[in-house]
Amino acid sequence: MLLETRGLTANYGQFRALFGVDIAIAPGECVAIIGANGAGKSTLMRSITGILRNDAQMVLHRGEPIGALSSAEIMQRGIAMVPEGRRLFPSLTVEENLLIGGQVRRAPGPWNLDAIYDLFPILRERRRNPGTALSGGQQQMVAIGRALMSNPELLLCDEISLGLAPVVIRDIYAALPKIRAGGAAIVVVEQDIGKALAVADRVYCMMEGRVTLVANAGDVTRQQIHAAYFGEAA
Amino acid sequence: MYSLTTRTRAGIVTAIAMLVLVIVGLALPAFASRSVIQDLFFILTMLTLAQLWNLLAGYGGLVSVGQQAFVGIGAYAMFAGVILLGWNPVWAIPLGGLAALMLAIPTAYFAFRLQGAYFAIGTWVIAEVTRLLVAQWKTLGGGTGTSLPREATSNILGTDLIRALFSVREAAARDILAYWLALVLVVAVTGGIYWLLRSRLGLALSAVRDNVEAARSVGVDAGRIKWAVFLIAAAATGLTGALIFLQTARISPDAAFAVTDWTAYVIFIVVIGGIGTIEGPILGVIVFFLLRSALADYGSWYLMTLGLIAIAVMLFAPKGLWGLISARSGLHLFPVRRKLVGPKIEGGI
Amino acid sequence: MIWLDTLVQGILLGGLYALFAAGLSLVFGIMRLVNLAHGDLIVFAAYLVLLGVTLLGLSPWIAALVAMPLMFGLGWLLQTVVLNRVLGKDILPPLLVTFGLSVALQNGLLEAFSADSRRIPAGALEGASLDLGLVTVGVMPLLTFASAIVVIVALNGLFYHTALGRAFRATSDDAVTAGLMGIEPKRIFAIATGLAMVVVTIAALYLGMRSNFDPAIGPARLIYAFEAVIIGGLGSLWGTLAGGVIIGVAQTFGAAVNPEWQILAGHVAFLIVMLLKPRGLFPRAVD
Repeated sequence: MLLETRGLTANYGQFRALFGVDIAIAPGECVAIIGANGAGKSTLMRSITGILRNDAQMVLHRGEPIGALSSAEIMQRGIAMVPEGRRLFPSLTVEENLLIGGQVRRAPGPWNLDAIYDLFPILRERRRNPGTALSGGQQQMVAIGRALMSNPELLLCDEISLGLAPVVIRDIYAALPKIRAGGAAIVVVEQDIGKALAVADRVYCMMEGRVTLVANAGDVTRQQIHAAYFGEAA
Repeated sequence: MYSLTTRTRAGIVTAIAMLVLVIVGLALPAFASRSVIQDLFFILTMLTLAQLWNLLAGYGGLVSVGQQAFVGIGAYAMFAGVILLGWNPVWAIPLGGLAALMLAIPTAYFAFRLQGAYFAIGTWVIAEVTRLLVAQWKTLGGGTGTSLPREATSNILGTDLIRALFSVREAAARDILAYWLALVLVVAVTGGIYWLLRSRLGLALSAVRDNVEAARSVGVDAGRIKWAVFLIAAAATGLTGALIFLQTARISPDAAFAVTDWTAYVIFIVVIGGIGTIEGPILGVIVFFLLRSALADYGSWYLMTLGLIAIAVMLFAPKGLWGLISARSGLHLFPVRRKLVGPKIEGGI
Repeated sequence: MIWLDTLVQGILLGGLYALFAAGLSLVFGIMRLVNLAHGDLIVFAAYLVLLGVTLLGLSPWIAALVAMPLMFGLGWLLQTVVLNRVLGKDILPPLLVTFGLSVALQNGLLEAFSADSRRIPAGALEGASLDLGLVTVGVMPLLTFASAIVVIVALNGLFYHTALGRAFRATSDDAVTAGLMGIEPKRIFAIATGLAMVVVTIAALYLGMRSNFDPAIGPARLIYAFEAVIIGGLGSLWGTLAGGVIIGVAQTFGAAVNPEWQILAGHVAFLIVMLLKPRGLFPRAVD
């Protein structure tokens, strides 16, 4: 297993956001995590990437406990995140934003500055612009490229379609198969069920801090998703 | 049927204890030596300054490194009242509060445009500017300062009565009078702060300190509150400054606007005692005084120790000594939290 | 022309203030830390250089060169052991810790060196002056100003053309996301403070050569440094230079009118700029 969580719990002060979440991601696969707002998807991502610290054994990378490590230590193991809201660095240009993604961890792989510009050609024109002077879709491209620059073995994409127009979302999602072809496993956290299922091998559904459904993307029915997404009563 | 109250048993016990202490304090000059009275004067005035700084920074979130401006201007206003207007020094003390209030208005106007660290530095610069300007005031001694004239010091209100009552000399009588005034001042200021925190203004203040946006969204006028707290603290600091230099009877810009005496020591007292509580500064001033007495002969070692203790406290006990005590025991001597009291509710969540 | 002379002197004085301020600007810009001990650290470094000169017989320049790595280490240690533990959203803890450090430093220096005024001997440079036609300038102030320019150019070069500089800027923008890039913010802060201490050493060299110093003059240097940083605006080193020059010029003109008004004039200039531009002259977009 590339990444596993075992009984992952997380709190914000007194408020419990995750109740014993178990997920597993194999090398090279694409997994979707869907759920409504507040279901705990982003909290899960933050726990995996060290923004929220947990018990060491709750998150395992290739069998080794990483739950208590810092974000930087986790990133250096090859787990990169495209954070919710993109979070580009305003003081850096587009090119610098990309460069900083790859300056700490130098790992072999297909992704470098030129490869990213090939993936998202519009960025080559905008390379000298400040990171935040771009449209939402272009910023999302930079955020993805930034995460790819370290040639991660696991790429976590947290709500990459948020706030974007449908045609832009289509362009962003068109890049995912190419990223997969480069060898990385991908986790897609989404509120847009259709997009998520189209690109994923397996899907987890979360509700109120718990996993309510685990299935292969091809097998799951609309009814099952509905029940898992909204709860039995819906 | 239901009502909100801040009354607790510990609070009531404290109130009674405080009352007893004040009565004993008033009677103290009858049997305490002059140096004890002087020490107590120092403790009470520093405590007053500490409670006021705590109100500003601990409760109001306004970290000022320039309160010495108000101590100084208050003291100078009192001296001006005596030397230029011929007033009795005791009546001139309120002039100190007034002058500080007037200085606080442009200070607040300027400083509130700045955020966080900028605000702190801004207040410090204003204090420096005030000091430099006052040093140009030749009538009050300019850069070297001046003393209260003999006629004024020998005629301070009440000293004749004190001399008769306790058969002491003039200078000692002055000390006793200053001490009584300090006692009244610290009770008024501490009581005033406590009352303020229990009032609606105090509730609004806590809200603003915790989260300005949320406070605004429920209708709290954050700007007005900050102004109110800043002005009140400044005026009271000015009064205290006037009183302090009444006792010294001698003033100079460097002494009146000293950042070490009126800000550094005050901050240390609040931090070591426990910021954001009324009990904290009380504990802090006691510790401060004991340290000063123990290390008085060691000059710079004393200050160095103070500095190192402040660092250690912020690293290991950010809520100060009272914070440690309060956390262990759950004790709140000056309760400000509101409880709902009334008939028991059955059932519940 | 008296006023031209005053202006030039003020500008060159601004170079000294910019040197005081550059290290502060670095630290303030990256981690929003208000280091109230900054001025005292400059004085500390001056004593260190003095020790190099008097104990080891080095020239002031070599002594400063030797002192730089020591000061880097001190800054790195200070940040790692003390300041990193109190940095957070609340500005009070770092303010109070550095306040305590300031008092401890001043009095430690007092115990070690007494309150006597000292000076770093600069030999032939001390009284030397250069005739530039319209004005005559002292060589020391000119050198100071030139050093300030060199330091700022070097720091900007670091900031905008190196990976470390990228890391500084990113951490300053968003420390959490910088962590996601593999950057440990606390390590970056420690390097930044160490670097700031190297700049402090350069400032100390010129401070000590130019005029007398004693353990108590730290806080005044701190105020000038902060005024320069705040006038310039968060994150702009050239802004810090501009701030230093504004204060320097205000001071020299104030002094020309009345020597007692020198320091006051500097403060008044600061207040005026703050009233007109509360975020400084060249603030960054994000704060």
